Amino acid sequence: MNLKPATLHSIDEVITHYPVKRSATLPLLHLIQEDVGYLPPETCEWVAAKLELQPINVLEVITFYPMFRQKPIGRRHIKVCRTLSCALLGGYKTCEQFEKEFNTHRGEVSPGGEVTIDFVECLASCGTAPVVLIDDDLHEKVDCAKAKQLSDQIKAEAKKR
Amino acid sequence: MIAPPKPDLVTVNIDGREIAVPKGTNVIEAARLVNVDVPHYCYHPKLTIVGNCRMCLIEMGMPAVDPATKAPIIDPVTGKPKINWIPRPQIGCGTNVSPGLHVKTTSPMVKDAREGVMEFLLINHPLDCPICDQAGECKLQEQSTGYGRGYSRFVEQKNVKPKRTQLGPRVTLDDERCILCSRCIRFSKEIAKDDVLGFVDRGSYSTLTCFPGKQLANNYSLNTVDICPVGALTSTDFRFKMRVWFLKQTNSIDTETSVGANTVVWSREGQIYRLTPRRNDDVNDTWMPDSGRELFKAVMAADRLVATTHLDALVAQAAELFKMNASAGAIAVVGSGRSSVEEQFLTKKLAAALKASTQLVSRVGQGDQLLISADRNPNVRGALVTGLISKLPKVGDATPLSRSTKGAVAAPIRTGGLTDLAASIDAGKVKVVVSIGEDLIAAGLTAAQLANVSVVYLGTHANATSAAAKIVFPTLSVFEKNGTFVNQQFRLQKFAKAVPGPQGATDDLIVLAKLTAAASSAPMASDLGSLWTLISAEVPAFAMTSYAQVPETGLLIDATPFAALPFVEGETLHFKPAAAAVALDS
Amino acid sequence: MAAPAQRRIIFQHIDEPGYSNDLACYVRNGGYEVLKKSVTRPPAELIDEVKKSGLRGRGGAGFPCGVKWGLVDRKSGKPIYLIVNADESEPGTFKDRYIMHQDPHQLIEGTMISCFANNVKQAYIYIRGEMPHGARILERAIAEARAAGFVGKNICGTTYSCDIFVHRGAGAYICGEETGLIESLEGKRANPRIKPPYFPAVLGLYQCPTIVNNVETLCHVKYIVEHGGDAFTKVGTPNNTGTRIFCVSGHVQRPGYYEFEAGKITMGQLLYEVCGGPLPGRTFKAVIPGGSSAKILRFGERFKGKRKVGAEMVDYDWGVEDVPMDFDSLGMIGTMGGSGGVIVMDDTVNMVEALANINAFYSHESCGQCTPCREGSLWMKKITTRMVHGQARNEDAALLKSVADQIPGRTICAFGEACSWPTQSFIAKFGDEFKQYPETKKAAKPVGAHELV
Repeated sequence: MNLKPATLHSIDEVITHYPVKRSATLPLLHLIQEDVGYLPPETCEWVAAKLELQPINVLEVITFYPMFRQKPIGRRHIKVCRTLSCALLGGYKTCEQFEKEFNTHRGEVSPGGEVTIDFVECLASCGTAPVVLIDDDLHEKVDCAKAKQLSDQIKAEAKKR
Repeated sequence: MIAPPKPDLVTVNIDGREIAVPKGTNVIEAARLVNVDVPHYCYHPKLTIVGNCRMCLIEMGMPAVDPATKAPIIDPVTGKPKINWIPRPQIGCGTNVSPGLHVKTTSPMVKDAREGVMEFLLINHPLDCPICDQAGECKLQEQSTGYGRGYSRFVEQKNVKPKRTQLGPRVTLDDERCILCSRCIRFSKEIAKDDVLGFVDRGSYSTLTCFPGKQLANNYSLNTVDICPVGALTSTDFRFKMRVWFLKQTNSIDTETSVGANTVVWSREGQIYRLTPRRNDDVNDTWMPDSGRELFKAVMAADRLVATTHLDALVAQAAELFKMNASAGAIAVVGSGRSSVEEQFLTKKLAAALKASTQLVSRVGQGDQLLISADRNPNVRGALVTGLISKLPKVGDATPLSRSTKGAVAAPIRTGGLTDLAASIDAGKVKVVVSIGEDLIAAGLTAAQLANVSVVYLGTHANATSAAAKIVFPTLSVFEKNGTFVNQQFRLQKFAKAVPGPQGATDDLIVLAKLTAAASSAPMASDLGSLWTLISAEVPAFAMTSYAQVPETGLLIDATPFAALPFVEGETLHFKPAAAAVALDS
Repeated sequence: MAAPAQRRIIFQHIDEPGYSNDLACYVRNGGYEVLKKSVTRPPAELIDEVKKSGLRGRGGAGFPCGVKWGLVDRKSGKPIYLIVNADESEPGTFKDRYIMHQDPHQLIEGTMISCFANNVKQAYIYIRGEMPHGARILERAIAEARAAGFVGKNICGTTYSCDIFVHRGAGAYICGEETGLIESLEGKRANPRIKPPYFPAVLGLYQCPTIVNNVETLCHVKYIVEHGGDAFTKVGTPNNTGTRIFCVSGHVQRPGYYEFEAGKITMGQLLYEVCGGPLPGRTFKAVIPGGSSAKILRFGERFKGKRKVGAEMVDYDWGVEDVPMDFDSLGMIGTMGGSGGVIVMDDTVNMVEALANINAFYSHESCGQCTPCREGSLWMKKITTRMVHGQARNEDAALLKSVADQIPGRTICAFGEACSWPTQSFIAKFGDEFKQYPETKKAAKPVGAHELV
């Protein structure tokens, strides 16, 4: 594992939050994913060694929680809420709009690697449906027009790089 | 007058029948005591309780009590205490008995719940029973009879999961058959201490997996196959070999070590197909090592010894040899810790008739703290109890690898204990060596030493000693005869004949009896019934016993005369060595 | 009757112009004064106030908070843990998000008071993974509070010490179930535990006694300790004390969160007056009153029976609009107040498709541990998805009901109920729509209808 010094520091710090090391499994996986972008194959053994577990204990956890991913994704992660309140106000259309904008499908990396679009379950902001989480930022009332506007913004930011 | 129940017993009512059961018993086990079957998949008496299969749902209630007086409320109609039934079913595995607990296992609610669970378990199951090895001993099949719908209402696509995964060298996994009961995971973690199995993914897509790059390779891996209630985990060796309902089951003992794990031999038409553990809560619980399951393969080995000469002719040759070496000490008998108690008793008789010295070959390896003990002989204590030997055989310092180290028990076994005999041969005192199944070369004698004596060999397989022997009596393996062993706990345990021996091999008892008779010119019994009359008369520890009285789970005998001996075993399941013991594997 | 005015206790400062989520702002508005007073009082007295208040848990089950605290094993000698359940996941619920994002110190103060009352030395806030900003805001707020002596060592200068750490989930609804949450906090798959024996109050986190309380509940504790348990019972109605936050989503003019005295507002007042009624040209068809697992109500159906008012039993004859929005009234008509998530559907919605959406959610979120929920939830999803996207059969309604009936009451945790109640109630209330669906789906969709699955 090639982790940044800051990540390693955070990892050692977060382990102290718990009387039982195993509790730090989720925090460690979050930290590694934030650092690397996904959880590379060596994660299980690395975390297991760090927390005195067996690798299977970590793999069981990684595959249980949908936020953890074992494959790289696009530079930006667009998560469109699929659940009822958002769907009632056009969540499916919003998702399709993003797919169209980036010429990709749910669960795939867009050509050029800019985004990955995922349908996710309830983001707990049903009053401002449809909602979309782009990386860490929540966007509310994302109808097709707003989806297009957000997509343009992402594309513009990509161009600047 | 009925005696009041013991303080640690609680009285419960199961389907209308009162029964007193020990505190802490769960409903499944309590019901078992009144012959009521509570079907289950995930529950296993030797593993932690997770309550995930939901098959053991039962209806449960407690006697109603008046909140003011705390007195039980009597139902005016029946005159019996009123029971407050819990409106929703409860799991039998996770519910421990409490005084006055009432249980219904046959109510419509229970039947409905079981039928629901059965339907759910089968919707994503491949229903490939005709080609499934578990068929015949599958809990899904069993419970389908009672609680199956008989037809499927499921018209959707079944979940697709990996087939024919090799989890390790001995276990094959079919994930589509798996019902996610987690028994194998718990076994690996809790018993084998080899935490390599787990579920990946979630919900109905959860999939049993061994961690990529690791293997379920520990010496207990096949126990996961035994406890898998369905056909998900199968034995790679047994797979597609035989339908289980054709197999005859014979109780036996694992001869690998002095643990004496109880086993079942599964055979058909004289051929053994597999060995599985037999539950004994005082010895091996429900487990056995993988290595012990391989032992039956030696039965059909190409190097099996068979005689071409008639037995009586061989006995006559031996008698001649004995006569020519009649002086005390000219003959040495090498007994065996692998022989049965009865064989050791006769070996002792033979040695006495021949005025011969007796010794035992020691086999010592590393224990695994579970069901492999340091003493790789199954019956050293039998030799002590019968008086064949009076002290423990010396632990060999030469370390030739024994042939029996199959499976995962790769640690070397030190075989030896014959240094005194070697000295006597070198001194020219011993002229004849009678070996009861022991390869004297493997046990530390040199080929030169063997060349200086005449060897009479009783044994099952060809080896350097049988090759060097003057007279060879082909005998039977543990699967081909009846007898008893005394394990490390001083528990006398029976094994029974599962298959007939090959033509030209004779029961060891018959050979030993004939040789003893020839040496002493007096008849000697060779059948177990008659032998045990002699044994119980002569061996104090067996004074109250006969062969027929030994229960299938064994009989503990008095170990006090041997308490001071430095046995080699360390701690294993249900066994703690005496403090004085030299525990080689601790 | 006109709807009552909102009574903002918990949401007092939410969306208030100029109100920020830092410590200075909180203290300026009187923050941490209650904690300062609390740590000078005997802990038993604080527990007593909560018991007297009749506060019912706001996470969904409505279990009395004082009773929950009363069950905690205080004799074992093991440490007692408190976990803030901030895994707000029940579809339709979005109240805790605003507390944590806009007023985190309110939660921290409520948590610290509860910790002091229960002699807790370590608390965790389990926040759902999809709220990364919320986690950062809480972490910053805790750091501020720690620096100011409200969290950590020697709280408010006393000998009492207790720390709080934020623990992030990673996208699993089942972590809202308290024993699933505990397993997750222990670093495992969030498989709920069997009860007995693993009641959190006795064998919770690390097999120690553990209190798991919802975010909103703990904020109420702060209010209760400040004003007294008796004062709290004056808010709301008997047995439904305090305020309730309703999260309204779906087909209304003004979706959002609204805080009212419990039991003082009806469904009709909430939806028509407070939320502005249906969208132009539409009519209300159905409403789920307490998060998506609550049983659905059909506009037009009537509920009749007897209910207790004071000491008397009186007849009631309610339409959906007339139902008071409290735990007991909603329970009486066969649904539940749950987490306060009110999801409204109008006449453009096809109920088969709406159920297909809900079933997709629950089958995705089933932990997969126990059979009825694992297999039943996916089977129901497969049926409803097939009905919408493949062949719909007339017999599917009966099959769906039968499958759903085989789940509740037979599972390890309440997810069994959560995943089966939608199907059971949709079929019960809209059975005809399911039976007619093979025909309906051939026809054109109503204008404005959205794809739901």
